[in-house]
Amino acid sequence: MNLLTVIVILPLVGFLLNGLLGPRLGKPFVSAVGCGLPILAFLAAVRCFLLVQGSGGEQPLVEVAYNWATFGDRSFDIAFYFDRLSAVMTLIVTGVGSLIHVYSTGYMKDDPSYARYFAYLNLFLFFMLLLVLGRSLLVCFVGWEGVGLASYLLIGFWFEDPEKAAAGKKAFITNRVGDAGFLLGLFLIYHTLGTLEMDRINSAFLAPTLPAVSASLVGILLFIGACGKSAQIPLHVWLPDAMAGPTPVSALIHAATMVTAGVYLVARLNGIYQHAPEASHVIAIVGAATAFFAASVAVVQTDIKKVLAYSTLSQLGYMFVALGVGAYGVAVFHLYTHAFFKACLFLGAGSVIHALGGEQDIRKMGGLAKKIPITFVTFAVATAAIAGIPPLAGFFSKDEILWFAFSSATGGSPLLWAIGSITALMTSFYMFRLLWLTFLTPSRMSQEVEHHVHESPLNMSGVLIVLAVLSAVGGFVKIPDFLEHVLPLARAGGELEHFEMPLLVFSVIVALTGLAGAIMVYGKGLAKGEVLAARFQGLHRLLSNKYYVDEIYEACLYRPLHWVSDRIFLGVGDRFLIDGSLNGMAALAQRAAGRLSRVETGSLQFYVLLAVGGAAGCLIWMWRHG
Amino acid sequence: MADSTLLNLVLWLPVLGMAGIAVLPKGNDSAVRSLSLVLMLVQLALTAVLYLHFDPNVSGLQFATRRPWIAAWGVDYSIGLDGINVLLVALTAFLGPLVVAGAFSAIQKDVKLFYAMVLFIQFAMLGTFVAQDLFLFYVFWEAMLIPMFLIIGIWGGERRIYATLKFVLYTAFGSILMLAALIYLVYSMHRTNGAMSFGFTALYAKSLPLETQMWLLAAFALSFAIKVPMVPLHTWLPDAHVEAPTTGSVILAGVLLKMGTYGFMKLGFPLFPDATRAFAPALMTLSVISIVYGACLALVQTDIKKVIAYSSISHLGYVMLGLVSLDLVGIQGAILQMVSHGLVAGGLFLMVGMIYERCHTRDIAAYGGLAKLLPVFSVFFTILTLASIGLPTTSGFAGEFMALLGAFNAAWPLHEAGYNLPLVLAVVAVSGVVLGALYMLWLAQRMLFGPVKAPHQPFPDLNARERTILIVLVAAIFAIGLYPQEPLRKTELGAREYQQLVLRTHTTANHPESDE
Repeated sequence: MNLLTVIVILPLVGFLLNGLLGPRLGKPFVSAVGCGLPILAFLAAVRCFLLVQGSGGEQPLVEVAYNWATFGDRSFDIAFYFDRLSAVMTLIVTGVGSLIHVYSTGYMKDDPSYARYFAYLNLFLFFMLLLVLGRSLLVCFVGWEGVGLASYLLIGFWFEDPEKAAAGKKAFITNRVGDAGFLLGLFLIYHTLGTLEMDRINSAFLAPTLPAVSASLVGILLFIGACGKSAQIPLHVWLPDAMAGPTPVSALIHAATMVTAGVYLVARLNGIYQHAPEASHVIAIVGAATAFFAASVAVVQTDIKKVLAYSTLSQLGYMFVALGVGAYGVAVFHLYTHAFFKACLFLGAGSVIHALGGEQDIRKMGGLAKKIPITFVTFAVATAAIAGIPPLAGFFSKDEILWFAFSSATGGSPLLWAIGSITALMTSFYMFRLLWLTFLTPSRMSQEVEHHVHESPLNMSGVLIVLAVLSAVGGFVKIPDFLEHVLPLARAGGELEHFEMPLLVFSVIVALTGLAGAIMVYGKGLAKGEVLAARFQGLHRLLSNKYYVDEIYEACLYRPLHWVSDRIFLGVGDRFLIDGSLNGMAALAQRAAGRLSRVETGSLQFYVLLAVGGAAGCLIWMWRHG
Repeated sequence: MADSTLLNLVLWLPVLGMAGIAVLPKGNDSAVRSLSLVLMLVQLALTAVLYLHFDPNVSGLQFATRRPWIAAWGVDYSIGLDGINVLLVALTAFLGPLVVAGAFSAIQKDVKLFYAMVLFIQFAMLGTFVAQDLFLFYVFWEAMLIPMFLIIGIWGGERRIYATLKFVLYTAFGSILMLAALIYLVYSMHRTNGAMSFGFTALYAKSLPLETQMWLLAAFALSFAIKVPMVPLHTWLPDAHVEAPTTGSVILAGVLLKMGTYGFMKLGFPLFPDATRAFAPALMTLSVISIVYGACLALVQTDIKKVIAYSSISHLGYVMLGLVSLDLVGIQGAILQMVSHGLVAGGLFLMVGMIYERCHTRDIAAYGGLAKLLPVFSVFFTILTLASIGLPTTSGFAGEFMALLGAFNAAWPLHEAGYNLPLVLAVVAVSGVVLGALYMLWLAQRMLFGPVKAPHQPFPDLNARERTILIVLVAAIFAIGLYPQEPLRKTELGAREYQQLVLRTHTTANHPESDE
């Protein structure tokens, strides 16, 4: 049986069933299909995983579904490829995906568009599985654009609100900018190697004689694509706005899976990046910059989802730092732990929002720990995990990233490590700030809201518990070692080994410092934070406005484009130059016609006559000179 | 089976239909509609047989007929299918029934004449595609103008006279130049070897000095570029679309514009290969300008039809880019993009017609939140929007992707040889995909999302007829997007022949006709 094809097809079937029949067949049907098929896909993925493990783990499964197009002897196949890296990705996508589907049955229970929601969510899984299972860059690209579509549809799920619809559009367009880079990289690879199959691309770049193309150029082009999908500077602007979508969507698409596609792409094509030191440097720098930038913005955000969104940007930045210094396995390790704790945080946030009847402003929360204890405990575990408190999952993966940022023989530097560490300090600070302001400080809720606060039902809280457990223990699976056959291990340079222990201890101190800082400032409530904000007013305004990047883009890109299109192209080009000269000629002809003939006054016939005359003239001229 | 009979039947069936409509008593509008629809469906069925029996492994013409027509001038009635026109014939036949059914409720005035004209234009378009004789081609080419002129002029909007005038002026201007060039071409052949022929194959064999080729190509190109249309010869299109009734817009976007690109592919480039290669940078530049310029203008329109009209200019730019690339992938992509654009833009114009029938306005600002009001309409509109954007799994992606890949394939070696213009153009063309998403999503957002807003409420969602039309279109769009290999198989040899024709050296240094 074509198991890989089945994995991909299952959610597609779910999409079609729910999209076409769902509204008529009612919620039980929608839930059963919407959750059942992803779970089946997860089971099939487990089966594939066992097959790969059974054969020693080095032999990938390969399936050709069909031939998409053939040009001469070159063909584009729709084929799937399942090695350990695909296995990790597929299990995360279907596993965390299934959990979030189950959670959604509670969260979206009363939404009138319940069937549409599950249809979109299944559609997302379908494209995401194409992305991670595709053997060729083409299939990957199909999934790549497809998840963008699903993301667009889900961000704008509540489309009656123009702002939410606009956020969806912004996400799609920004991603498209990245996709253009992806396409160019893909074209360049196809032109040079004649294949788009990623295992072949890697082996071509790892062969003794390098392909006749600059690995760094290809690498940069593909990284532009990764920047779009994984929301790295300068294409990060869409992700915070994407929080307009339903919260489980933020957990699945904008935290655990889709936004990590860029990380997957670079890791998957590590054959290119191993020979692309310049591209790798760029990746590390962009990653570090994004990590730092986003963490600093997260410190002052007051919307619970926005804090988490900037935190996602920042954590993705860490992953790119790891990729940039050649620690591909470590990047995937952090991707994997991040999927658990960030999904848990988002779903926890969803549970809070659910409990508070839609409130997202942490300044109007507080004191929720006792009222919704399951949400609180799971949220606290995930917060500790992302902050890097040992021995939770985030500690292991983040520590490894910081270690290789410092020590890697390919691109590691104390500066990268320092930026990473400062970011870690901020991460710990803003996450515990969030935890305290939401759950532990005295309540700032209105009486009415407070009265209605309730713990989420089992289909939601159960999922939170599972994810919290995974966030706690997930770090004990040594993903980099597991992936060694696919992703070469990073090497620490020179005689740096003896730094490893001190740096590890330092990471722990950093995390605890962040915690202590958060308690000092926000332990009692908002007051001290407001004093600080007033003292550093300029900085606070800069951060609250996200460094004004949206405004800069608006002023430098969008408005000029509109202005040029409207004033220059339409006004001057079409109306004045082209139609103007046309009308001028017509008027001229009309006047001439008026003189030549009293019968016709600039009618159609005359123009045709004129044209015939002119053509005859040309003809005669050509005959004479031919 | 007499193969050639079938193609003749497909071609002449609409004429038969016109005769039938003429015979029908006046006032029986529904009979006219049914007759036209049945006829188009029969034509589609026969075309399907042709398509299925079209052997992709045979080069040259299939189902060919060749009879002397005007013997004294060497003009033949010569028609046939080859890899270049087979998909376009299929597209024309496929859109026929949809166009007819799409006008059922919109057209209530002069129904007999209207459907007679629709059949007439169907005949002329098919004739242009299957003609293998330059004279015959020209006759069909000109014949298309008449029904289009009438369809816009009689059933069009308020400024229809201005629009028709502009349309006819532009195209007549182009046609006259083409006429002059083709007479010169045949005449010069007559001078060299005494024979007189308008047959394409005979003309391909003709060698000409480069300078002559350039002049003749310029004349042909002007005529074809107006039809495509390429910037800066495009301003007739938005006006024609806006004033045309839905049927006119669908025919225009669906098939008529492809006449231009087909003309380049079948005549302009293969007849004058050296000139084509000499002009290639200019042609490529114009194609990319069309892509970007069309997209930018689509961005600032306030009329739904104008957005789609300008998007057509942009999308056909990709076709030209693929054709000029002379790369097999690019050429195949161009052919696919022609078909895809016919389906997608045709579908979008049909949908604009559907909403116009309900709300009587095409002003984007008059709409909002249609996803709430007309859920079925919105689903189809979203799908067509995405296909227009070129989202993978739709036909729009397959065509655009291959055309761009071809352009890149052609440009990169030149870049490595130190000549960078083509690469710059290819990169700009790729960035066109961003603009494409920008204007289409902006349109969809304003119409479908936000608070509900629409004039003349309440009105029903799409009815069964409208749904059927759109389901058929959407199915074709996905079929091509998911499995482009099927149509590509049919066109591969045709694409190769085109490639070889244009790549061959064709000048004659010491030709008796070379300049004095």
